[in-house]
Amino acid sequence: MKCGVLFSGGKDSTFAAFLAKKYGNEISCLITVVSKNPDSYMFHTPSILKVKKQAEVMKIPLLIQKTKGEKEEELKDLEFVIKEAKRKFKIEAIVTGSVESAYQASRVQKICDNLDLDCFNPLWQKDQFELLNDLITSKFRIIVTGVFAYPLNESWLGREINEIFIRDVTKLVEIYKINPAGEGGEFETFVLDCPLFSRTLKIKDKQIQGKNHSWRMEIEVT
Amino acid sequence: MILLIQICNKKFHYFEFIKPIEDVLKRNKIKFELIHYKKITREQIQKAEKIIISGTSLKDNEFLKDINEFIWIKELNKPILGICGGMHILGLVFDGELKKQQEIGLTKIDIKDEFLGYKDSIEVYELHNFYTISKQFNIYAESKNCPQAVKHRKNPFYGVLFHPEVRNKDLLVNFAYI
Repeated sequence: MKCGVLFSGGKDSTFAAFLAKKYGNEISCLITVVSKNPDSYMFHTPSILKVKKQAEVMKIPLLIQKTKGEKEEELKDLEFVIKEAKRKFKIEAIVTGSVESAYQASRVQKICDNLDLDCFNPLWQKDQFELLNDLITSKFRIIVTGVFAYPLNESWLGREINEIFIRDVTKLVEIYKINPAGEGGEFETFVLDCPLFSRTLKIKDKQIQGKNHSWRMEIEVT
Repeated sequence: MILLIQICNKKFHYFEFIKPIEDVLKRNKIKFELIHYKKITREQIQKAEKIIISGTSLKDNEFLKDINEFIWIKELNKPILGICGGMHILGLVFDGELKKQQEIGLTKIDIKDEFLGYKDSIEVYELHNFYTISKQFNIYAESKNCPQAVKHRKNPFYGVLFHPEVRNKDLLVNFAYI
């Protein structure tokens, strides 16, 4: 099936793309919505323009749609770009990396239904530790590019998702009840390498900003 | 042992509509066997203690053309839970009518009488373009648009239009232990 993947460059949408291909689908294009609103309800915002590099090493066309990030307006922008993907690449389905958010999932479902497209959510309801372990087993190299909840701080930026990361997050889950895969917005990630990439992306430059328990690392990759 | 019948006709939908049910059953150490409705055998139906019939995606309606493949339900008297598309099947097997009604996302429903351990007002996750209504089922819960939870008048056949594998996961466990 020809699919368009809603792609943020983070672990969930990249893993969803990986599964789509693994299970016999063609990834015809990646679709990225760049929100001017850092607190967008729908879209992951940090490091979003680095998706161009990811698309390049995946050798998959990328459609970028800008949005002001206002609640219902960003859905219109999303529908517009999905329609464009259907016209240009003849996609039959959309793939998302939604895990838990009924808000995100239901809005994408509605848009797909309006446009007569199927909708695949291969990570839907997936256990968060199972997801982290699957990423490691599937040889994903992922770093943390944003943290947004107590007790996470600057020291977590740039950390790789590996066994040590899972061990440390497990302790925080037990004490602070944070979501281990960051689905509640606790942290955001960027994929440097995975089986879909033709080569590993390297960090050329980074800029860190934030305070208390809200930190972002903007990176430049090559 | 629960026989989990999947109605998805695109394999990639397994992850969204079947695996979350399997995960709930596994976490609660409930034994099950998964089978697609087109491959089901008489022996598997007889061996099962209970049966769950899954839902599927909004665009995957092939099962609606195959209602005759579920005619065996009429001969059974063991607990069956139909989820969304599975509820459509239960209704249609018992001479129900398929009606158009889209509901997508979180919705509040009111449960009149106790239904698989749930009562009063609960928030559920919906993903459907149709519902069925059959005179052979009593309605236990409704949204503002249509029936959400039904039980057969004589047999232990339960149908929910919402997705308990997304919200209200205990409903699956309660069904497994009735």
